[in-house]
Amino acid sequence: MTQSAIWSPERTVEIIAAHAHREGPLLPILHDIQGAFGHVPHDAVSIIAGALNLSRAEVHGVISFYHDFHAAPAEGRVIKLCRAEACQARGVEALAAAVEGRIALEPVYCLGLCASGPAAMIDGRLVARLTAERLIQLAEA
Amino acid sequence: MAIRLYVPADTAAVAVGADDVARALAAEARQAGVEILIVRNGSRGAFELETLVEVETALGRIGYGPVYAEDVPGLVAAGLFEGGAHPKRVGRPEDLPFFACQTRLTFVRCGIINPQSLDAYLAHGGGEGLATARALGPAGVIEAVTRSGLRGRGGAGFPSGIKWRTVADAPGPRKYVVCNADEGDSGTFADRLLMEGDPFLMIEGMIIAGLAVGAAKGFIYIRSEYPLAITAMERAIETARAAGWLAADSDPAFDIEVRVGAGAYVCGEETALLESLEGRRGQVRAKPPLPAHKGLFGQPTVINNCLSLAAVPHILAGGAHLYASHGHGRSHGTMPIQLAGDIRNGGLVEVPFGISLGELVDGIGGGTLSGRPVRAVQVGGPLGAFFPRRLFDTPFDYEAFAARGGLIGHGGVVVFSEGIDMAAQARFAMEFCAIESCGKCTPCRIGAVRGVEVIDKIRAGQAREANIAVLTDLCETMKFGSLCALGGFTPYPVMSALTHFPEDFGALAPAPELAGQEA
Repeated sequence: MTQSAIWSPERTVEIIAAHAHREGPLLPILHDIQGAFGHVPHDAVSIIAGALNLSRAEVHGVISFYHDFHAAPAEGRVIKLCRAEACQARGVEALAAAVEGRIALEPVYCLGLCASGPAAMIDGRLVARLTAERLIQLAEA
Repeated sequence: MAIRLYVPADTAAVAVGADDVARALAAEARQAGVEILIVRNGSRGAFELETLVEVETALGRIGYGPVYAEDVPGLVAAGLFEGGAHPKRVGRPEDLPFFACQTRLTFVRCGIINPQSLDAYLAHGGGEGLATARALGPAGVIEAVTRSGLRGRGGAGFPSGIKWRTVADAPGPRKYVVCNADEGDSGTFADRLLMEGDPFLMIEGMIIAGLAVGAAKGFIYIRSEYPLAITAMERAIETARAAGWLAADSDPAFDIEVRVGAGAYVCGEETALLESLEGRRGQVRAKPPLPAHKGLFGQPTVINNCLSLAAVPHILAGGAHLYASHGHGRSHGTMPIQLAGDIRNGGLVEVPFGISLGELVDGIGGGTLSGRPVRAVQVGGPLGAFFPRRLFDTPFDYEAFAARGGLIGHGGVVVFSEGIDMAAQARFAMEFCAIESCGKCTPCRIGAVRGVEVIDKIRAGQAREANIAVLTDLCETMKFGSLCALGGFTPYPVMSALTHFPEDFGALAPAPELAGQEA
């Protein structure tokens, strides 16, 4: 995954401008800000709110509603392990227990790899048929 | 002439190393001095065979799978480029029992063609539905969709033709088509396979919907957990635009925009999805008004699942009557069913409605991957009921599943083998509802949290009978009092687990409905 840039108000304004013509532009803007800076900084909220004629509370409400948007940047690799039913049926809980303490995991509910689980998304890349060894190897690569 | 090889670029293949396989094949061919052309097709849908490498020979396409990069030198040495013998050779994929028993209408091209080639799409029958739609006109299209018996493939099973007619008749300065590709149910991946394996079909289906109802703008809302599907759709839309399919002056005038979800399961619910598209929290709206009357930005909106829209081109090209002739009872046509979890032959199975659950799991699915006996099958995603083996004669059909206290949902079938704790699964269903609840209605927001607590008490053996009564009552309240299917259907997995597997909830003898008689 590309290194996240340091937050800048100029870049934030550019991102907002790129989506301003769209119908319902808030989610595309937040996705691009999250993508560019690795999180949606507190200082970006008032700029977005001003540009879209929303209150800061409304923008904060949207950011906090969705699992994908974070107020602080992640440390290290983001490893989202699927914990949904199909991966449970294929042993994901035992896998999670085996790597506990070694790897920080975030839950995700379904990656559409339900006949190839356990599955995970590591910094945006999808991997399946995971074993504890392979997951540790990918996490520490 | 170069030898043509197929290496899927679908997530199901890429996640198990398909890109490495393609690189290894190119390297081996270079070393052997053989000229090859690698086509990155979609997945045919047999997940256990991925990465399924195919080589075009005089005998047809010969498959090898599952192939990992480290297998490639051995395969090439064994004569893969000529279709030579090898333990991983599976022959012609279409002859495998997994595929031979299917009736592929929607998925006819998936895994066969290069999904990003509009020429390949047209050469394999793509575009015929749109041509027919132009000839029929809006009323004719709606009539055909109605006669085909197509019902919403997202789970609700509402007749698509009636929905389209409602939008067509609704007055409004502008109308929208929204494709719901927020496929969040565990055990489902049909939308994803289609977007990655045949994206022009999605585009064609959306254009036809726009023509039918008089909409000039379409949105396809794809979940962020599907990065390759997002890229595939964006690329295909660019190509379609360049080819004049999508433009302000195309016939019909229509354009499509991809929108990406942000990790909220509830946005698969249609009104929450519309809120999300408008840039708000994905909170469910009360109905009425229906989206058909007041949908996106308050305008009349057709919102359909991917699979519903994708069925339409075939219905128009092949004829509504032909489509309706498939199926069972009031469920017409084919259903893309997804076999998942602990199953030997998992993947996408498109068959006419009416196939029994047993034929799916034991027959096509080949039983469990682990080799342990099947204990329970959850049909229809996290909000679907658990079925024990004694209900395996249930035919796959909207009404038949409803009659047995279940639902077919989006067609996901997740197999659990012996060893699974059904009380833990019931707890997970409540926990998932609590995590994903949008918070708007009380039965869902509070009920799911209380549900976890009550199940914990039952599992701990604390006032068991009384707490089962509380849980049953809570499920009734959630079922009838929730605004949408998240709170409303979470009782399905919970109550079916309790009814069919009472022993996991500490019962010494009969099912909970007999508990009163015991006392």
